Amino acid sequence: MKKMSLWLGAFSALALLLVVAEAKVLINGAGATFPEVIYTKWFQEFPKKYPDSQINYQALGSGAGIRQLTEGTVDFGASDMPMTDAQISKMKVKPLHFPTVLGGIVPTYNIPGVTQELKFTPPVLAGIFLGKIKKWSDPELKKANPDVKFPDTDILVVHRSDGSGTTFVFTDYLSKVSPEWKSAVGSNTSVRWPVGIGAEHNEGVAGLVKQSPNSIGYVELIYATQNKMGYGAVENAAGTFLRANLDSVTAAAAGAAKNMPDDFRVSITNAPGKQAYPISSFTWLLIPSKLADAEKKKALVEFLRWMLTDGQKYAADLGYAPLPKEVVAKEQKAIALIQ
Amino acid sequence: MTLRNRWRKILSYLMLSLTGVCAVVAVVMLFLILGYLVFNGWRSVDWDFLTKLPKPPGELGGGMGNAIVGSLQIVLLAALIGLPIGFLAGVYLAEYGGHTFAFLVRYMADLLNGIPSIVIGIFAWTVVVVPLHHFSALAGGLALAVMLIPITARSTEQFLVSVPQTLREGALALGASQWKAIATVVVPAAYRGIATGMILGVARIAGETAPLLFTSLNNQFWSAGFSQPTASLPVMIFTYATSPYQDWHRQAWAAGMVLLLLVLIANVAARLILSRGISVQR
Amino acid sequence: MATSVTLPAHSPPGARSFFKRLTSGDEIARLVTTLFASFILLLTLGIVWELWIHSALARQKFGFGFLTSTSWNPVTDQFGALPFIYGTVITSVLALLIAVPLGVGAAIFLAELAPPRISSTFTFFIELLAAVPSVIYGLLAIFTLVPLMRDSIGPFLKARLGLLPIFSGPIFGVGYLTAGMILAIMTLPFIISISRDSLLEVPTEQREAALALGATRWESTWHVVVPYARLGIFGSIFLGLARALGETMAVTMVIGNDPSIHASLLAPGYTIAAIIANEFAEATGDLYLQSLVALALVLFVLTIVINALARLLIIATTRRGSSQA
Repeated sequence: MKKMSLWLGAFSALALLLVVAEAKVLINGAGATFPEVIYTKWFQEFPKKYPDSQINYQALGSGAGIRQLTEGTVDFGASDMPMTDAQISKMKVKPLHFPTVLGGIVPTYNIPGVTQELKFTPPVLAGIFLGKIKKWSDPELKKANPDVKFPDTDILVVHRSDGSGTTFVFTDYLSKVSPEWKSAVGSNTSVRWPVGIGAEHNEGVAGLVKQSPNSIGYVELIYATQNKMGYGAVENAAGTFLRANLDSVTAAAAGAAKNMPDDFRVSITNAPGKQAYPISSFTWLLIPSKLADAEKKKALVEFLRWMLTDGQKYAADLGYAPLPKEVVAKEQKAIALIQ
Repeated sequence: MTLRNRWRKILSYLMLSLTGVCAVVAVVMLFLILGYLVFNGWRSVDWDFLTKLPKPPGELGGGMGNAIVGSLQIVLLAALIGLPIGFLAGVYLAEYGGHTFAFLVRYMADLLNGIPSIVIGIFAWTVVVVPLHHFSALAGGLALAVMLIPITARSTEQFLVSVPQTLREGALALGASQWKAIATVVVPAAYRGIATGMILGVARIAGETAPLLFTSLNNQFWSAGFSQPTASLPVMIFTYATSPYQDWHRQAWAAGMVLLLLVLIANVAARLILSRGISVQR
Repeated sequence: MATSVTLPAHSPPGARSFFKRLTSGDEIARLVTTLFASFILLLTLGIVWELWIHSALARQKFGFGFLTSTSWNPVTDQFGALPFIYGTVITSVLALLIAVPLGVGAAIFLAELAPPRISSTFTFFIELLAAVPSVIYGLLAIFTLVPLMRDSIGPFLKARLGLLPIFSGPIFGVGYLTAGMILAIMTLPFIISISRDSLLEVPTEQREAALALGATRWESTWHVVVPYARLGIFGSIFLGLARALGETMAVTMVIGNDPSIHASLLAPGYTIAAIIANEFAEATGDLYLQSLVALALVLFVLTIVINALARLLIIATTRRGSSQA
């Protein structure tokens, strides 16, 4: 008996010790993996300037971000797909969309023996992901890449298995350039993929493509560059083959920047313009328009201000394009909408 | 010896040696697993790994300090909730059982034991996360506690039942009330087995991942309390193993090694305690 | 069995006044422990209740068609359970196909042939295999089994048996077969442990009788001892099956996450546990979420039934004593 009570006592003491009682403002967010690399950087750097806050961001995918925000289990969400009207109507408190950075989605591949940069036309991309183009030696691929020696192997398609904004942007693009894709699959954070294996999050797709010979997947630019994986150039609406980079992604947003709607919900895939990378997108933070907790509100507002000024400086190094000036100005005004 | 008999003898030697091969394969499997983990992980288990926070994807370095502490927190919570409930339920089954009610409870405990851990995760989500609007270590601890309760109950019952009747009757004959007899004589007599059961149960839930995926979620920082999302070793292993980053793979191996060693040590210790004596004496 | 020895020291049973029993603590003790025991009951019922309630939308919309529908389309809100039931069953059956011969073989060795010291040492190590967490099996599978599958086993199977539909199609490395293999390792210790116990229960007279009649060691084991213990062995197989059905992490990491039915074992698939693990936190839309809970309900029922069968078989063996084979 005595021993048992001693153990119980030790247990409870330990339990109390492990409860780290901090006076910080704790904020939890969840959402897209598309911007995960820069968000985690931001949430590490921001407390250095404002040490009273701790923002824990979990990259579960845009779908999860929207869902958890709707459930109220997180304080803010993050998504590469702007919320639909139907989704917004389900929320008790209307969410505000704040674009943070611009990014590009690249077709990344792992083909043994192929080190050159491949060119993908819209029909080829759609064909591969529809399962119509089954082998790397397909004549369609040869047409676009006459100098490349393709092996005669099966194409292993890798897509997302979780609810993903990256998927939305990619399928949104495919729907715009391929009527067959639009009717067969459509676009959403989660779709019925005709072929391929599913991986969780951008990291999962990159991981699987990296480890599997003869595979192809779609990831945000930084995941391909960080892992030194090959990625191709995509033909845009003006007929130019472009790789995703700072300039091409920024060019894609040029038109939208001038005509940005007030709620910031816009799609910039297959944007017009000679230098525009066709699979680009804004990514948004979803902040509730009314925050009950004054401390949290203060911290989030401060973060947004910091993000629009200092935060943008981190974008280029991490392969994202900073926001156009017009958008930044508009957002700074929009911050006042948070009550 | 006829040809047929010779053949039967050869077959006998052959099949029996095959069974030996099977047994050796099974045992070798364990050592392969352990060996592989240690080989890939031991270099990465350094001070940084044990104490630092994780770095953003792509950056080198960082560690799993928060996950180790987080796991401790969640498992401790689960133990605090699950062990007492399981223990007392086990006492009921052993000492007051015999009616249909006890039979029902026993059946339900076995049922609970067999439920896949992911389903229990869903339960914890509906009961804790949704009403409180928070992912939390509490939810994760509760999910693990739900798994711990039937394990503890059945093992407690098993060891209490194995205490000889004579001990009980002796205590009662000396004038003790029933509960005093149980508390001061029977339970201490079986304490080795009960403790073993508890250690094994805790070791079992410490490695569970599925129930934590949508209850305690994960956290990049040190956990700030039981009502906040908390990092845990198994979830980190899962996240890192499925990523493309070499550095994260390295850390996943290290975490795997740490987790496996803890679980195996607990198991070995528990079994050694048990084999030291099927406790009858005090 | 219960030990309800209520020999009050001084008065005939029941005659002790309620108050006396209360103050002596007996009543309180009984009440407290009964409370905690009934907690288990409430907990189990609570789980069933929550699963039932939170899958209402899906059940209403799809009815029993849920179990036979093959579509899983979040865009059109059409959800069906068949691909996941298929994946769950196939991977578990594959696991058993590998683990049962290996496990029963090992159990035979440990029960019949090995000297007691070796038998208990080996069993000790094998039972430790059961303690290895699922996520660690998954970790190992990703970095060892998947490349092995992709580079050696897959091509080998395709080269020799590629004409069969079960080995057709591209080799991803992940898929049903890989999941089945890792599940086999995870169910192995259960099969060995329980089969060994069942075999040890067989009375020596049986073995000796067979040997006395001129059987070889193997014939005595295979034709007399094993059939005698077959209920327990089947019980262990069912138990292994129940565990395999509910396994989440290791399978999620190597199944390929494709919600369709493929004939080829080399193809990717999905299991119930895996899709819940992947999509639960992010199912946007009530029907989507409730369909996932409905899947959980299906898995729950499946594991309950198989577990019940397993326990019946195991109890039947231990209660048999010396009955006919």
